[in-house]
Amino acid sequence: MTNITLAEIMTVTAARALKNTDVCFVGIGLPSEACNLARLTHAPEITLIYESGTIGTKPNVLPLSIGDGELCETAVANVSVPEMFRYWLQGGRITVGFLSAAQLDRFGNINTTVIGDYHNPTTRLPGGGGAPEIATSCGEIFITLKHSKRAFVDKLDFFTSIGHGDGPGHRGRLGITTKGPTRLVTDLCVMLPNPDSCEFEVVSLHPGVTREQVIEATGWPLAFARNIIETAAPTAIELAALRDLKQRTADTHAAA
Amino acid sequence: MAKIMELETAIRENVNDGDFLVMEGFTHLIPHAAAHEVIRQGYKDLTLSRMTPDMIYDQFIGMGRVKKLIFSYAGNPGVGLLLRFRDAVENQWPRALEIEEHSHAAMANAYEAGAAGLPCAVFRGYRGAGLTGVNPNIKSIECPFTGEKLAAVPALNADVAIIHAQRANKNGDVLLEGIIGVQKEAVLGAKRAVVTVEEIVDDFGDISPNAVVLPSWTINAVVVVAGGAHPSYAHGYYSRDNGFYKDWDRISRNRDVFLGWMDENVMKSGPQAFEVHVRKGPAK
Repeated sequence: MTNITLAEIMTVTAARALKNTDVCFVGIGLPSEACNLARLTHAPEITLIYESGTIGTKPNVLPLSIGDGELCETAVANVSVPEMFRYWLQGGRITVGFLSAAQLDRFGNINTTVIGDYHNPTTRLPGGGGAPEIATSCGEIFITLKHSKRAFVDKLDFFTSIGHGDGPGHRGRLGITTKGPTRLVTDLCVMLPNPDSCEFEVVSLHPGVTREQVIEATGWPLAFARNIIETAAPTAIELAALRDLKQRTADTHAAA
Repeated sequence: MAKIMELETAIRENVNDGDFLVMEGFTHLIPHAAAHEVIRQGYKDLTLSRMTPDMIYDQFIGMGRVKKLIFSYAGNPGVGLLLRFRDAVENQWPRALEIEEHSHAAMANAYEAGAAGLPCAVFRGYRGAGLTGVNPNIKSIECPFTGEKLAAVPALNADVAIIHAQRANKNGDVLLEGIIGVQKEAVLGAKRAVVTVEEIVDDFGDISPNAVVLPSWTINAVVVVAGGAHPSYAHGYYSRDNGFYKDWDRISRNRDVFLGWMDENVMKSGPQAFEVHVRKGPAK
């Protein structure tokens, strides 16, 4: 395989974080792409759940919305939205929530609500949707997001959903018993929270990416783990599966 | 008992200025044709609630009909931002919009509490979330048995619930299938309910005994509007018109383009305009 893009490395690397035994609450966009790639490669038995109430769905192409008809047709079960949030999410049945963000800080806190002041915003974004409770009720949270200074900010404009709050112990003080963000995959690197500070630090750089590139694209003083490795490049199988999925998706949505 | 009637009559008999309306449908079965009729009849100062106020609420907001919006995700699903909503929040155009913003879990619980006749919903939520600081309707309550601090929000009880479903039978019982969202809760929590359907059949035939059926006596009016969910979809009848959601981004970007589109496609149109969409796509 030639001409591997950083976007492809991001999706493949994010997909690898998922296990065959996971029950995953899937956000639309980049998370949906990574979750379905995992299902089509190393994790065929993974349970994918979209907040529209589709449980164990196996779409042939990526959905454009969280409630596309194919999600429902290929699901093991379809439940109402109150049941989804009460029994399945709040009930503690979900092992991983996979989210993206408009803004993210070093502790994995997320803003998808406003840029500027809440009551007088410069840009009004869609809002949190399911995120505030996904962030606290899933066993752990994976985040995938393209690296840029605009997205990786020193201070969030609004606190839509909690990651590690202001650092160690914050989740516990709020009565939250789940792990929160445990992995962040961007188009430049993989970051994990430092066990002592809870701050995301770089643990691996994607092939061809330099430290300076990541520092330049991050809005806070970036920390690096002691031993930085290179992210394993996508295999031919992973890349073929991803490209097929994206081609099928493009063909289907163009024909619709 | 539900009366089977024309859309114009159903809306006129059930909606008033200043009403609290809920038009639900979680990406599926969104009642576009009925919403257009409400806009056409000119009702104003409405309070609207919807978990995902996408295109139809963007239309109400851009036409200046909404006083207050209760919601949890105001985007154009799969496309981007909701531009008439943005213009109202950022620039107060065409009027200031009062917002009450929640999470999905809160809204879903609040509809369920509304249907259950409870004053509020109690759930494990909003921990560490910024909305608690800007929405005074998010409070907390202590579990009397364990002492756990839980979130509480008021129940959602609308004056009128308006939904779209696949079928009604001649008696006016209504069947919903596929992604069923919060429509059952929205209807059972509202004072009145109007349901548009793809078709009316003699009987539902061979359906699961556990299928979601809203009995006729829980509904005020049933109206046949084939294609009435377009550009959303009706499972088993037609698929989602993703292209139209993308077009909406262009139409809603400019105030004059938006108003021109509304005049042509809503104010000077009618429910029969939706029929064409049924034949457009394969059943999905």
